[in-house]
Amino acid sequence: MIELTQEPIDFASLTESVRSHQAGAVVLFLGTVREFTGEARTAWLEYEAFPEMAAAALQRLEVEVRRRFPIIELAMSHRYGRLALGDIAVAVAVSSPHRATAFEAGRWLIDTLKETVPIWKKEHYADGAAEWLHP
Amino acid sequence: MKLPVLLFAAAREIAGCETVELNVPEAATVGQARAALLQSLPVLAARGGILFWAVNNDYASDDRVLECTDIVACFPPVSGG
Repeated sequence: MIELTQEPIDFASLTESVRSHQAGAVVLFLGTVREFTGEARTAWLEYEAFPEMAAAALQRLEVEVRRRFPIIELAMSHRYGRLALGDIAVAVAVSSPHRATAFEAGRWLIDTLKETVPIWKKEHYADGAAEWLHP
Repeated sequence: MKLPVLLFAAAREIAGCETVELNVPEAATVGQARAALLQSLPVLAARGGILFWAVNNDYASDDRVLECTDIVACFPPVSGG
């Protein structure tokens, strides 16, 4: 299950979608909207996506993670649009026979997603300022 | 040839438009499109920072040769997640 959505992410069904009798381990990562970054207080976030390329990039990530790690199933969902504090921006779930692979593959997936998938985050601060974030 | 280029995020905001149409030679490269874009929108050169290019939904380097049917996009480093 790979999706780019403007709706809230249902991480329970996303996690359920990777469960399998072949898997002894399931790892779920959630990226959520944080209120404080140092002294700066976030009011809300705006995510912009290039949907066609983001979908293609997520498909390429699936091919590459399966080439690198012996996983059973994976699922990725990234939300875009306006997100409030605490909202889930991204969810990645991986299943594998043993836990080490699930943790490593999940870590690789979220790290590589953040580096390659064309989605951008604009931070809107509590003081009214706003800026596009740089990685 | 006329080459529409999609802009995203800070590049879109700085340029003030979602698409810019460039005039580039036949079989122009991404590098030539980059030069044409910065010439037609100097504000992007001044404030745009690093810009990546994509052709047909995948990242493209400056030596990639373009066709008029390609879907071309230009954007700052991604920051999802």
